[in-house]
Amino acid sequence: MDTQQAPVKRATDAPALLPPVDIVEDQNGITVKADLPGVSRENLSISVDGETLTVEGTVALGESQKMEAVYAEVRVARYRRSFVLGRDLDTERIDAAMKNGVLTLRVPKREQAKPRRIPVKAA
Amino acid sequence: MYPSLTRFPGDLFPEFEALQRQVEQLLDGRAWPSSIRAATRGAFPAVNVGTTADAVEIYAFVPGLDPASIEVSLDKGLLVISGERPSDLPQESEQVTVYADERFAGQFRRAISLPEDADASRVDAGYHDGILKVVVPKRESAKPRRIEVKELAAA
Repeated sequence: MDTQQAPVKRATDAPALLPPVDIVEDQNGITVKADLPGVSRENLSISVDGETLTVEGTVALGESQKMEAVYAEVRVARYRRSFVLGRDLDTERIDAAMKNGVLTLRVPKREQAKPRRIPVKAA
Repeated sequence: MYPSLTRFPGDLFPEFEALQRQVEQLLDGRAWPSSIRAATRGAFPAVNVGTTADAVEIYAFVPGLDPASIEVSLDKGLLVISGERPSDLPQESEQVTVYADERFAGQFRRAISLPEDADASRVDAGYHDGILKVVVPKRESAKPRRIEVKELAAA
């Protein structure tokens, strides 16, 4: 499994925060959890381009129009993170759920990539 | 660079921390992988504070929590947000491998000093999409208002 970050296209991409993630692999696939506070389901986009999975979301705080920032630790209203999936993962059947600002992605393994026992025949 | 940051003399956070965050934010903005974990580990939750004419608005970025488990208290002009975010990582075994463990887990506590004119007796807190929004209205006397000019009768 390759969880390396995809190369960032600096020239075209707007600045974005890299959300923290947890990545866990089990026998049937990989689960990715990402913290995306402030991103609603409508403002979230998950795309697969070749073997690259990209998660992107825009923050909507719902702040008052005339608000003046006093102290801002989150100054970029966008999250983006990309992962290169291996060939063993099934990009056609990715499952995504968003709850309380946490995205849970489930990427199943292709059938042929799942671990299996190879029976040893008697010669 | 950010003049609004230094406008409050009573800001709880030392200036160097603000500077450090500015640097981290610059790196964040360009998606520099090495710095990002440090930034997200630095303080949980991240907090944005802003003011309007009527109120002080505090936004805490606390994703994945049960709203009932977030503790918000106010004491002598200090707003404290605390709670615990349990780890939901499974136990590693032969079949289960954890590749990344970047999300915050454990107890957290952030204190934010409120400006003088905030009315601590009327605080409103709500949780939506992983963001805790606390609104503290300003005292009536502190709100900007228009003073009507009356026409005086000729003496």
